[in-house]
Amino acid sequence: MPIEILMPALSPTMTDGNVSSWTVKEGDTVSAGDILCEIETDKATMEVEAVDEGVIGKILIPGGTEHVAVNSVIALLLEEGEDAKALDGYTSSSAAPAAEASAAPAAEASAAPVTTAPAVTAPVVAAAAQPSGTRVFASPLAKRIAADKGLDLAQVQGTGPRGRIVKRDVEGAQPSVAARPTASPTIMPESGTFTTIPHSNMRKIIARRLQESKQTVPHFYLTADCRIDKLLDMRKSMNAASPEGEGAYKISVNDFVVKAVAKALVEVPEANAQWTDEAVLQLHSVDISIAVATPSGLITPIVRNADYKGLAGISAAVKDLAGRARDGKLMPEEYTGGGFSISNLGMYGVKDFAAIINPPQSCILAVGAGEQRPIVVDGQLAVGTVMCCTLSVDHRSVDGAVGAQFLAAFKRIIEEPALMAL
Amino acid sequence: MSDTNFDLVIIGGGPGGYVAAIRAAQLKMKVAVVEHQHLGGICLNWGCIPTKALLRSAEIYRQMQHAKDYGLSADGIGFDLKAIVDRSRKVSGQLSSGIGHLLKKNKVTVFDGYGKLAGKGKVAVTKDNKLITTLSAKNIILATGARARVLPGMEPDGKLIWYYKDALVPNDVPKRLLVIGSGAIGIEFANFFHTLGSQTTVVEMMDRIVPAEDAEVSAFLQKSLTKDGLKIMTSVGVKVLKAGKDSVSATLEVDGVTHVEEFDRVIVAAGIVGNVENIGLETTKVHVDRTHVTTNEWCETDEPGVYAIGDIAGPPWLAHKASHEGMLCVEKIAGLKDLHPMNTDHIAGCTYCHPQVASVGLTEAQAKERGHKLKVGRFPFQANGKAIALGEPEGFIKTIFDEKTGELLGAHMVGAEVTELIQGFVVAMGLETTEAELMHTVFPHPTLSEMMHESVLDAYGRAVHF
Repeated sequence: MPIEILMPALSPTMTDGNVSSWTVKEGDTVSAGDILCEIETDKATMEVEAVDEGVIGKILIPGGTEHVAVNSVIALLLEEGEDAKALDGYTSSSAAPAAEASAAPAAEASAAPVTTAPAVTAPVVAAAAQPSGTRVFASPLAKRIAADKGLDLAQVQGTGPRGRIVKRDVEGAQPSVAARPTASPTIMPESGTFTTIPHSNMRKIIARRLQESKQTVPHFYLTADCRIDKLLDMRKSMNAASPEGEGAYKISVNDFVVKAVAKALVEVPEANAQWTDEAVLQLHSVDISIAVATPSGLITPIVRNADYKGLAGISAAVKDLAGRARDGKLMPEEYTGGGFSISNLGMYGVKDFAAIINPPQSCILAVGAGEQRPIVVDGQLAVGTVMCCTLSVDHRSVDGAVGAQFLAAFKRIIEEPALMAL
Repeated sequence: MSDTNFDLVIIGGGPGGYVAAIRAAQLKMKVAVVEHQHLGGICLNWGCIPTKALLRSAEIYRQMQHAKDYGLSADGIGFDLKAIVDRSRKVSGQLSSGIGHLLKKNKVTVFDGYGKLAGKGKVAVTKDNKLITTLSAKNIILATGARARVLPGMEPDGKLIWYYKDALVPNDVPKRLLVIGSGAIGIEFANFFHTLGSQTTVVEMMDRIVPAEDAEVSAFLQKSLTKDGLKIMTSVGVKVLKAGKDSVSATLEVDGVTHVEEFDRVIVAAGIVGNVENIGLETTKVHVDRTHVTTNEWCETDEPGVYAIGDIAGPPWLAHKASHEGMLCVEKIAGLKDLHPMNTDHIAGCTYCHPQVASVGLTEAQAKERGHKLKVGRFPFQANGKAIALGEPEGFIKTIFDEKTGELLGAHMVGAEVTELIQGFVVAMGLETTEAELMHTVFPHPTLSEMMHESVLDAYGRAVHF
């Protein structure tokens, strides 16, 4: 019997994914641990390793195939001494129906161990992350009507059995303002004058989640100028003291920001909160999401327990996460959850901006560039390095005064970096 | 003194009441059913089931007469009406006692008596007009059903003028039979007695028989039954029935002109009325509209704690509708989540004449009336391999889709075994499939169900075998 290689479930909500490419071909000998192929989910690309050794007998799902159900047989591995004849008649009989029948329950079961991290930090994350799963349950008729109206089914609340979207749910619904242009005639530029870039799963998720955030979360914004001359001095002397080779570090301004946010969240835990319809969840651990630009879009890997990490620890964690984020190699639990986000565009020379909250979190800090400005110190004009930070806050869970307290704490710490050593 | 306190008391043990009782017991309620006649109600004792038993005898008799067509010989074919009726009664008896066992197994207490609301949360049970006990329950379901509509001047006499109960236990096959009404009940009795040799006339006030069905089905059935020798008169009113010694003079009105015809027996099947009298409704806020109790989508009446299901709660007057309401109502009382009101457009109806009739959803005329633009498909039995092999090449399957959305709006069938086929479309409608999923479905060959597929294909100009 050939060994079946199944489409893995990489996250609790994953029901299907794309087989982006195979790194082995039929006839290759593989041993346990060898990389077989890359799987793309809504958020990341992951490598699938061989669990058994053998010869790749048949690749059933070629690279570039989209929407492969979890637990579908994607390839067959021949054990040592097994003849290629063992593959005959095998593929057609078991592959498709088995995958169909077992996809949903298996996804839940096999995903369980993967979810430990988010589950511990905040049970609500799993629920909140639900909409980001790519599969929407809707009746064929509801799908047809929605397509006709230009409705995004992901925005529709299903009232059928087990929350399935049925005809009555889409009949009354109107496409949102943003989605409407697809229904009304759109003026397309002349063909040949543009390149069509198909939406990746990640692009769709970014679009949906941020649109949802901006439309449903009541944002308000608090801005503070932070003087970072002391921070820059401290950074300079710290980095100068870095050993060569093993243990070398290079602390960035952003690492200081992460550390200051972590300390401020410990002081004002009300800002480390998530909104749910039932209750505000105040989180016990300080897990900070860092916005990272990748070739395919934005992703927010998480520095966990940032309040317990030193600057070097934070620096190493951010470097590792950002690097793997750019390569699309993050594990789902590394970007799911988090209680607070930081978005830093200072390196692009941006002076000041306001970021969109990353639900179900309540706050995101937008960090601008540190620049020399004329400032007034003790009634005298002086030159100081100032970094403008803007906090976006969900008013449902965090009121203005709490947001202001947090920002004040952050400003105090970032301006007096010695406090970070406490 | 037996316990009289219950979570739920159900008045009526028909297909609505007994199913509701079992579902309630499953949900750990303490339940009582009050039934004054037979468990299983009209359906099981004097309706759906015994007529199916009679019609089965008629069907086999009919087949035996056509033995030669199948290369068989059968001489001296005949029947024993008493044995046919006895079998029918036995079938009902067997099933009714089965209901008794089911209720017992589920620990439902059955009170043999007449149930009547007697103040808030109270049900008085009487037997032979004597009060046996008064039950208390927070919730009460009315499932008292319906009875035949008696037309003035055509009251049943049990001898010459029959209603369904008399027609189910005939002593002999009338020579000349008049059936008033061509709904499912009228047509089934007409078909039964006609097959056994009655010279049968069906009169219908409307301009076509089985008027609730799609017009094409009515036309096909009328042609088929007429070919079989049944006399069908549509747009005809019956003015007077005058019972003689052993025959009835019927005054029929056709286009304003009356004439008199003689019949040996008359079956009146002119619809039903709800059993809303003498159940204590007058002391409650329960609203009654033309012999039926008004309820909302959860079977709630205007009186808190009083529910109504089945025939008493309005159309369609079908056992399976009553059973479903029974379950839904009880689940609502139990506070279950994820409940969904019943969609009456998705309830199928079946008539067991030869050829059979089955349908679900809107007729073509209704669909047009609701403003749909349509795609309509038809497929005849004469182009289906299994139908020809069975020697049943008569009938068709018609499907109606909304042109824009591909929603299956209605399915209408006439022909052999269509009553067993219709559920396929019922499931499809319930799941809100469009023509695309039905086209992608692989129907087994050789079966009559292939015609369902072909009919869908035909709606889009793609039928293969016709």
